[in-house]
Amino acid sequence: MTDIITDAEEAGFANDRTQSNTLGEAARAYVNRVRGGDMGALPAILGLLVLFIVFGLANDRFLSALNMANLITQAGAIIVLAMGLVMVLLLGDIDLSAGVTGGASAAVMGLAIADHDLPWGVAVLGALVTGAVIGLVIGLIVAKVGIPSFVVTLAFFLGLQGLLLKLIGDGGSVRVDQEVIKGITKNNVPPTWGWVLAVVVIVVYALLALRSHRLKVSKGLQHQPLAVVVAQIVALAVILLVVTYVLNLNRAPNAGFVIEGIPYVLPLVIALLIAWTMVLGRTAYGRHVYAVGGNPEAARRAGINVDRIRISVFMFGSSMAALSGVIAASNLGKVSTSSGGGNTLLYAVGAAVIGGTSLFGGKGKARDAVIGGLVIATIANGLGLLDQASYINFIVTGGVLLLAASVDAISRRRRSATGL
Amino acid sequence: MSTSPLLELRGINKSFGVVHVLHDVDLAIYPGQVTALVGDNGAGKSTLVKAVAGIYPLDSGEYRFDGKPVEVHGPKDASALGIEVVYQDLALCENLDIVENMFLGREMKTGPVLDETSMESKAREVLASLSVRTVKSVRQSVSSLSGGQRQTVAIAKAALWNSKIVLLDEPTAALGVAQTRQVLDLVRRLADSGVGVLLISHNLTDVFEVADRITALYLGRVAADVATKDVTSRQVVELITTGTSSDLDGAAAPSATA
Ligand SMILES: Nc1ncnc2c1ncn2[C@@H]1O[C@H](COP(=O)(O)OP(=O)(O)OP(=O)(O)O)[C@@H](O)[C@H]1O
Ligand SMILES: [Mg+2]
Repeated sequence: MTDIITDAEEAGFANDRTQSNTLGEAARAYVNRVRGGDMGALPAILGLLVLFIVFGLANDRFLSALNMANLITQAGAIIVLAMGLVMVLLLGDIDLSAGVTGGASAAVMGLAIADHDLPWGVAVLGALVTGAVIGLVIGLIVAKVGIPSFVVTLAFFLGLQGLLLKLIGDGGSVRVDQEVIKGITKNNVPPTWGWVLAVVVIVVYALLALRSHRLKVSKGLQHQPLAVVVAQIVALAVILLVVTYVLNLNRAPNAGFVIEGIPYVLPLVIALLIAWTMVLGRTAYGRHVYAVGGNPEAARRAGINVDRIRISVFMFGSSMAALSGVIAASNLGKVSTSSGGGNTLLYAVGAAVIGGTSLFGGKGKARDAVIGGLVIATIANGLGLLDQASYINFIVTGGVLLLAASVDAISRRRRSATGL
Repeated sequence: MSTSPLLELRGINKSFGVVHVLHDVDLAIYPGQVTALVGDNGAGKSTLVKAVAGIYPLDSGEYRFDGKPVEVHGPKDASALGIEVVYQDLALCENLDIVENMFLGREMKTGPVLDETSMESKAREVLASLSVRTVKSVRQSVSSLSGGQRQTVAIAKAALWNSKIVLLDEPTAALGVAQTRQVLDLVRRLADSGVGVLLISHNLTDVFEVADRITALYLGRVAADVATKDVTSRQVVELITTGTSSDLDGAAAPSATA
């Protein structure tokens, strides 16, 4: 430690500490960041904890294995939609049509299977391409014509609902009973494989985190104390192992049946989380997305093709919306004319913002969608168990969204005031 | 002049709609020299810099680099030639940290993945070589930096790329005495290492201290292009405010009377 400081001084960085010495200092630095308005995922995680305690106390079925599995399948579609929206929000844009993009894309998939007997892989690809094309058109209009994304996607919100009606007919619906697609939310990973998966994820994460820590220490770069790195690994391990344990319990409501294992949608969400975390955090493309969201003019002067970034982000966002539509169709067993309408989009925007993504652009992570999506799904699930009329659900979710947006706006003000 | 200019603009015109900002401007930047660009507010200094940087397309005129005509259609073309700009409005991304800003658009990678360790080491090296002592951490987000610190980051960013030409738009305008000193030293050091530096400044003391040549703009026209040793501060003030200086020898003031 001492020689790092000496090196830094020689290099002319009297104050440039490459490490917070102790856990205590790291904790204090974190508290300072939070005070300064950089809340990160903290409010959402605390909120989730509170919700779990409240609902757990209010209804003993809430924490049951059966309900936890339900909660995860309900959260899946919201989380995936929210991941796409995080990208769009990072640019300071919004996609109000993301929900119905999911509905229309799922309809394409459903019809490809039901009417044309196409294999499920082709059908899902068709849904993803539908999403990408919708995103391409939105992105082109926003970037090249210069209409605010709010207006463009509002138009698409209406237009795509029309398309959905045309595709599946007034009041009709398309059944989705293809095994694999239904299986995303209805089938479970065999328990042994669930354990293997969980352990592999934990071990790989631990190895990567420790390796990167060692590399930073050896090169004298800024790094966290080892204790924090270890704490993060332990936290991840505990969460994954507990979730795996709970979901591997037999949750069949009737004796004589066995329902156990992790619903396939969970590994899917985790894979997407890892992929987007890598893309946003570790690639030049991701860096450029943040740059465009933070200061488009600076990005342009740095030689970044701002239009191309914007268009591609809308394409990724809409593709994720399409995937979310497929998951929702799997859960519901059908695609109807109202698929992706109603409060779907607002739930996903709420999830992203609750998770810590800023509505002002430039700040957000893929994990925000996961944490925020769990909060939203927990509210709906918990209130549902309490047999509350659905109006309560709307009011509570609306209130939570408003709260999260206020936290975002206030912490942004504090950030610019304290300069953190 | 024994050396030939590294960058030369001839007869540049630039309009924004009906506003004709630059009229037949000639500009030359020599390697190893500091050329000061002076002129009143709104004279067109920043516009000229942005034209050089490829931010604004030129309406007409010739752009020559190293004696050869070149086409510059965007910031990428300019930086490919080795031209770096520190803008008056800095243009940093506040949500990114110092390292991320310094490498923005030119990130170092191993395969598809960002090489954060190399970038952080290199950024540290450059900041240290500029004797930057005031920055707490290179992983600090730019929103947490003072104006002077941001200026330093922006200059360090330009110095990072072994550039041939560095354009600085009022780099000392917002700085305190000590930081101004540092920036001027840095400007001189850049030039002494062979870089052609264009320095925009309203502070004539600074200009006379570091500049080898002075180009004065008056209402978008070049009022004079002279060696610093051939003029007095009073004459430069006259050039800036009236576009002409009575006792300046005629050859040095080409177009002011045109
Ligand atoms: N994007 C633009 N659109 C229209 N007019 C512009 C634009 N940019 C600059 N101008 C005009 O061009 C003229 C020159 O502006 P410029 O910023 O180049 O001046 P300057 O010499 O840098 O002044 P200062 O010393 O205040 O920085 C001004 O009249 C300004 O209003
Ligand atoms: Mg200016």
